[in-house]
Amino acid sequence: MTWNTLQTAMAEQGYIASGDLAMALHLSLSLGRPLLLEGAAGVGKTEVARVLAAAQDTQLIRLQCYEGLDAAQAIYEWNYQRQLLAIRAASEDGETGKSVETRIFSDEFLLERPLLKAIRQPKAPVLLIDEIDRADEEFEAYLLEILSEFQITIPEMGTITATTRPMVILTANGTRDLSDALRRRCLYAHVPYPDHDTELSILVTRYPDITDLLCAQIVGFVQALRKQDLEKKPGIAEMLDFAAALMGLGVADLTADPVILQATLATLLKTQMDRDAVPTEIAQRLAGKAA
Amino acid sequence: MSIVTKFAARDPGPAARMAGFVAHLRDNGLRLGVGETGIALDALTHINAADPNDARRALKSIFTGCAEEAAQFDGLFNSFWMNGGRVKTRVTPTVSPSLNKNTHSSRDADTQSAPSSGAGDISAPDGGEGEAESDGEGKLVATDVANLFKKDLRDIVRPEDIAEAEKIALRLGAAMRDRRSRRRKAARKGDQIHFRKVMRQSLGTGGEPFALPKRHRPERTLRITAVCDVSGSMTVYSRIFLAFLAGLMRADARADAYLFHTRLVRITEALRDKDALRALARLSLLADGFAGGSKIGESLDRFASTYGRKFVDNRTVVMILSDGYDTQSPDGISDALARLKKRGCKIIWLNPLKGWDGYEPTARAMAGALPHLDLFRAANTLDDLAALEPELARL
Repeated sequence: MTWNTLQTAMAEQGYIASGDLAMALHLSLSLGRPLLLEGAAGVGKTEVARVLAAAQDTQLIRLQCYEGLDAAQAIYEWNYQRQLLAIRAASEDGETGKSVETRIFSDEFLLERPLLKAIRQPKAPVLLIDEIDRADEEFEAYLLEILSEFQITIPEMGTITATTRPMVILTANGTRDLSDALRRRCLYAHVPYPDHDTELSILVTRYPDITDLLCAQIVGFVQALRKQDLEKKPGIAEMLDFAAALMGLGVADLTADPVILQATLATLLKTQMDRDAVPTEIAQRLAGKAA
Repeated sequence: MSIVTKFAARDPGPAARMAGFVAHLRDNGLRLGVGETGIALDALTHINAADPNDARRALKSIFTGCAEEAAQFDGLFNSFWMNGGRVKTRVTPTVSPSLNKNTHSSRDADTQSAPSSGAGDISAPDGGEGEAESDGEGKLVATDVANLFKKDLRDIVRPEDIAEAEKIALRLGAAMRDRRSRRRKAARKGDQIHFRKVMRQSLGTGGEPFALPKRHRPERTLRITAVCDVSGSMTVYSRIFLAFLAGLMRADARADAYLFHTRLVRITEALRDKDALRALARLSLLADGFAGGSKIGESLDRFASTYGRKFVDNRTVVMILSDGYDTQSPDGISDALARLKKRGCKIIWLNPLKGWDGYEPTARAMAGALPHLDLFRAANTLDDLAALEPELARL
């Protein structure tokens, strides 16, 4: 498989990947290295993992990171309630301590969390570690071990080595700088906002029955909007919402009704300051240029 | 399209060329280890390596690690592999000694030296290296007074001050604790039950949990990194602040200290000297240009891009001791602080002039800095510093 075939396979799943991204994914697959995707929110980083899993016909395991994420939520935890019940039941049956111990610290009582689950799949899954920059540095350190050795040590059970190596995708949008150690273990691809043509094909892929005029207007408008000085630039998901809103309202021409355009901006601009920065006149001017 | 670089016939092969390319990237500020070269060669076997575009994309995903590097990469790639973007040039390899440190054979140096010097003017005219050069010379614009005579700091700071400052620094350090953790650690008293321990212990009592071990949020100490302005306008306060820095270094083994005027100097090691007076003497040698002009924005930017990357993390408090008088445009300050803030640290600015009537001239510089500061206070005596304790505890 070359990166072109991967790009085509992803396009079939409805994702238009740039050459750089497709190449990075291809290398990540063939070298078995994790891939770090970085870019602004809403450029489709998470979607890459979903589409890749679909294209490879495998499972997607997702770990959403947040501040304070720890091993119990990310790797494994013992099922304490069941353990407690089992100990009680065993003592009534007269089972000896030693055999109870081996029993309650067995697979049966282990709750798999995403990372453990990902390395114990019969078919290599896609493991998405989403928004890694939100987790703290301790968690990065856990990850380093798992990403390089693909094994997890549970004190009560011993070391569990990966049955298959998952294809790992990490995403970050720059809330915090990642450590060099983590960056060095990963391949890297920066996902920018799509250019005009890419965005057109994304829109057409998602909404095949959209008219050419509206399609060009929407993309032109959103592209122009991104050039404005905004706090939060609209991403692809916002653009698609915008298109859906316009189609739902039966708008055929973006410049036709300033009131509707202003109302549908709610799908693109998500802060009060950004709304204020794009009053009716500016929106009309941008829409006029896009036409 | 430009022509692919022709390497000399005696060139040892792709592996050496790749090593040359990695050295070329390192020269241009990318942080790469030996491992990457191997991965890159491995990667080329998985793609159509003869296609320059494919090779560029593949190497880009391996050699870059952040958005800035990715943006820089295409230019660097072209300058090495694509003949610097030019159609024809006579390449006369000049072996420059600075390049040799990255390679182990002089032949490698040959292949990389010429294109690598080309990269400087094509793709990264004002990259990290240029900045380092101007910093090293400590050049000032004509209107500024570069005070290059040596000032003996022993005349300024007295050992008694240091002893007192040491006590204050100790208290300040102890006041700052990172309580933000959402992890829990086993502890005698705590707000959550440590179930893992409960299970283990109740094995012996037939599943009856007699004792309930607890766990709590661990408190971590914060590390102080002090960046002190010793420009001319700060001379009056230098005595206090240098004593404080010296005290801080003695009190806290993990603390870190820097001085800046027109350039930035790390003084941690010098101040750790057991003999307080000798520490100051060593400092005098380092603080060449003391009481001259100040480039706050540039110095902070330099700190954020060099030492900051290594020593500043989310458990660091960066303490800036400066009056905010910048001989250059104050716009740089805000950007530098924003970059520093991204490392997750807390930033405190102690300004001796805060609250003065005539303070307006620097209002613009400070206004840019304010959004990034966790604490902005006046401080010009050791007592003021000591009074900060309760506020630091709240951080």
